[in-house]
Amino acid sequence: MGFLSYLISGISLGSIYAIIALGYTMVYGIAKMLNFAHGDVIMVGAYMSFMATAYIGWSPLASVVLAMAVCTLLGIIIERLAYKPLRNATSLAVLITAIGVSYFLQNIALLIWSSNPKSFTSIISLDSLRLFDGQLIISSVTLVTIAACIVIVYGLTMIVRYSKIGKAMRAVSEDKEAAQLMGIDVNQTISVTFAIGSGLAAVAGVLLCSAYPLLMPTVGAMPGIKAFTAAVFGGIGSIPGAMLGGILLGVIEILGKAYISTELSDAIVFSVLIIVLLVRPTGLLGKKISEKV
Amino acid sequence: MKKILKLKKDTRKNLITYGMIILAFLIVRFLSASGNISSAFRGQLVPICVYIVMAVSLNLTVGILGELSLGHAGFMSLGAFTGVIAAIILQGSVSNPLRLAIAMVLGAVIAGIAGLVVGVPALRLRGDYLAIVTLAFGEIIKNIINTLYVGIGENGFRISMVNAESLNLGERGTVIMNGPMGAVGIPKLATFASGFILIMVTLFIVLNLQNSRSGRAIMAVRDNRIAAESVGISVTRYKLMAFIISATLAGAAGALYALNFSTVVARKFDFNTSILILVFVVLGGMGNIRGSIIAATVLTVLPELLRAFNNYRMLLYAVILILVMLVSNNEQLKNMTKKFKGFFKIKRPSDLKGGTARE
Amino acid sequence: MSSRLLKTPMVPFPSRAIIPARDLDKPPILEVSRLGIDFGGLAAVDDFSIIIGRTEIAGLIGPNGAGKTTVFNLLTKVYQPSSGAILLDGKDTSGMNTVQINKAGIARTFQNIRLFSSLTVEDNVRIGLHNHLNSNVFFDIFRLPGYWKSERQAHQMTLELLSIFGMEHMIHYKAGSLPYGAQRRLEIVRALATKPKLLLLDEPAAGMNPSETEELMRNIIEIRDALGIAILLIEHDMKLVMGICEGIAVLNYGRIIAKGTAEEIQTNDEVIEAYLGEKKEA
Repeated sequence: MGFLSYLISGISLGSIYAIIALGYTMVYGIAKMLNFAHGDVIMVGAYMSFMATAYIGWSPLASVVLAMAVCTLLGIIIERLAYKPLRNATSLAVLITAIGVSYFLQNIALLIWSSNPKSFTSIISLDSLRLFDGQLIISSVTLVTIAACIVIVYGLTMIVRYSKIGKAMRAVSEDKEAAQLMGIDVNQTISVTFAIGSGLAAVAGVLLCSAYPLLMPTVGAMPGIKAFTAAVFGGIGSIPGAMLGGILLGVIEILGKAYISTELSDAIVFSVLIIVLLVRPTGLLGKKISEKV
Repeated sequence: MKKILKLKKDTRKNLITYGMIILAFLIVRFLSASGNISSAFRGQLVPICVYIVMAVSLNLTVGILGELSLGHAGFMSLGAFTGVIAAIILQGSVSNPLRLAIAMVLGAVIAGIAGLVVGVPALRLRGDYLAIVTLAFGEIIKNIINTLYVGIGENGFRISMVNAESLNLGERGTVIMNGPMGAVGIPKLATFASGFILIMVTLFIVLNLQNSRSGRAIMAVRDNRIAAESVGISVTRYKLMAFIISATLAGAAGALYALNFSTVVARKFDFNTSILILVFVVLGGMGNIRGSIIAATVLTVLPELLRAFNNYRMLLYAVILILVMLVSNNEQLKNMTKKFKGFFKIKRPSDLKGGTARE
Repeated sequence: MSSRLLKTPMVPFPSRAIIPARDLDKPPILEVSRLGIDFGGLAAVDDFSIIIGRTEIAGLIGPNGAGKTTVFNLLTKVYQPSSGAILLDGKDTSGMNTVQINKAGIARTFQNIRLFSSLTVEDNVRIGLHNHLNSNVFFDIFRLPGYWKSERQAHQMTLELLSIFGMEHMIHYKAGSLPYGAQRRLEIVRALATKPKLLLLDEPAAGMNPSETEELMRNIIEIRDALGIAILLIEHDMKLVMGICEGIAVLNYGRIIAKGTAEEIQTNDEVIEAYLGEKKEA
């Protein structure tokens, strides 16, 4: 039973990684940049939900909507102010800017909310699921997280595959110039991608803090980096890849913690990244991208 | 004739950099001897030297090679703990300066090897992978060092990942690394003079490399990878070369840093430290060695002077990163700032349309 | 262009195809047979065969999107061919990468100029000389005699190479700040610095005015005569192609539709239909 219980909490943690990884993978696929600040948008989302429920007394669901709205807006603003002016700059310059934005968000949060951890009340207050005569208990947060991940991945796949903006996204990710020539508004497409990714980050933030209820300005940094690892693991640019990578990484992390060492669990997760890059740099479901000469 | 002028210009630039360091060293020495330096500032001297070396070496990766490393502190960490272990093991068997030198060389070598291990998978790939892999590497190092117990006792040199007791050091044993508590009982071998020497060695290596066949190959890879390959330059080889040299220097700096304190913990060399060094490089100008030196010095000394300002320091660093990148990479902003720096204008091609007219 | 050119039948490798008479007694520098690559099922280049003589100036023409630059990318292994063989100076190049191809003797320029734009003109040429300089990273860092010797040598060779285009006075300018035409010429110099046996020029006259183009034509012939190398060029300027190319291959939809001398190409019906027909200004 122990193993099964670890496996389920691994899948649950992995589902959160997967939702975050979706944001990375979509932005990377379309804007060809690593949005380092993505992890910190998660943190902002969690604080929004926390403030709405704890200070204003909103319902959990309303707080999630607020968090999504704020993060969506934040994503668009970050893209406009910091990344759009660098559309033609080197990836090094964009990456350093993204790190700057990440640091900026963390430190603004530090000034507003201080470094004292806030205790986040789970937004999900359903009963736990008891199986095998109570030998296996699955918390409602776990179930909701996994369900949310499935719904989001399905929804995104449908959007990307069938909607007009989804087609524009795929076109821009293939060839920005050609897409522009075909009458696609590249800037708008990139903005929408950031908006979707950031909105999802808010969901991930709320779920993350529901499962691990300590809210701090740095709460998004580590999950953010791990989710990027998950995106690379699954194959950057691929939506199913982000889900697969996220869940595998979550399972590896929890099992590593349970059976190898708690202190080394992060080291294990990051070793996965290095091994993946050595063995299969395009990730599990990724395709090779070649540069135009 | 032009060649001589050119050589003179490059050499002059480098000589000013060396001269600046020597002059600063002499002034501090003089002030220190005449008792005009506060003890707080005296305590900052070795860290300043260390941060200068860190900034210059990171500039080799970021400015000259054009790849982003977010784990520079990880290499520093490896160098630090290797240096501490070496210094404690050698206690009593060699003179202090030699012990420091050996500790720094070993720290450098281990960090260099780690650079190879990290660089091989990451540098074959394009884009942002090096950044994320080096970041991961820094975390891995921090994690591992936090679980490491190292000591020397009657059974010789012992390593454990369980706890200090399991080292079985016996009565007269010394615990060198105590898991999350970090390294303890470190001999304070670092001196300002040794920091000065490390800076000079670093400058010698980086500046000489920059103005040479190998350095040009590294910059060619940065400017245009495909063109570099087309003229027969192995991209991976030169990326690795720059990255390993950079890691090696960080290792030496790490050893010097650790041997300046009685205890040191792995947390000290975390992601924030890597970012701090990146801020030095970005503010000083990517590829600009002298800029890195000045930025590292100023940003290490200033926070001590402006303690009230402390809460906003990190925020300021974030703003520096964003603004410097925006201003130096966006055409419109670039043109706006150009007006203010007419003095530093490069020779324009419009001057040479007429053929051999100039001189 | 006094050389007599052999007429090309539509027979692929290993026929002698078009080679200037003076090169006939020497093995060809490049023999390509049935080269092909497809991108996601679409054949970008198909069944491409060509032979180039030791000191030949050959042209590769065709409408936009015909696959000319792709041929260059295949020859230099920027793309690995999916079929066919490339023999450079009689040696099989399969399994080689871009770097090895350059060391084996092919140098190229790029359609969209790829200079090391933040570096000086001199540095650009010295980087081209990279594999012909005897220094290494230890000599470099410790400034051992090997370093100084190689630097002196590099400077001398750089000046010699730049003198081909009379660009010696520009050595201290940043490559990225040069006028367009000078950038194209610098790219040729950088390619020559690698001491190639075969030089590939991708639209060398693009963006040049007629008098610059004429000068370039003289320069290309001078380079061939002085260095005794073969040159294969892609160009849309028909005056240049018809003026200096001894053998011309015409590419359309990734396939060679004609090979021959300038006169033969100009009178070939298929070529006129595919290409010259729509761009009669040539």
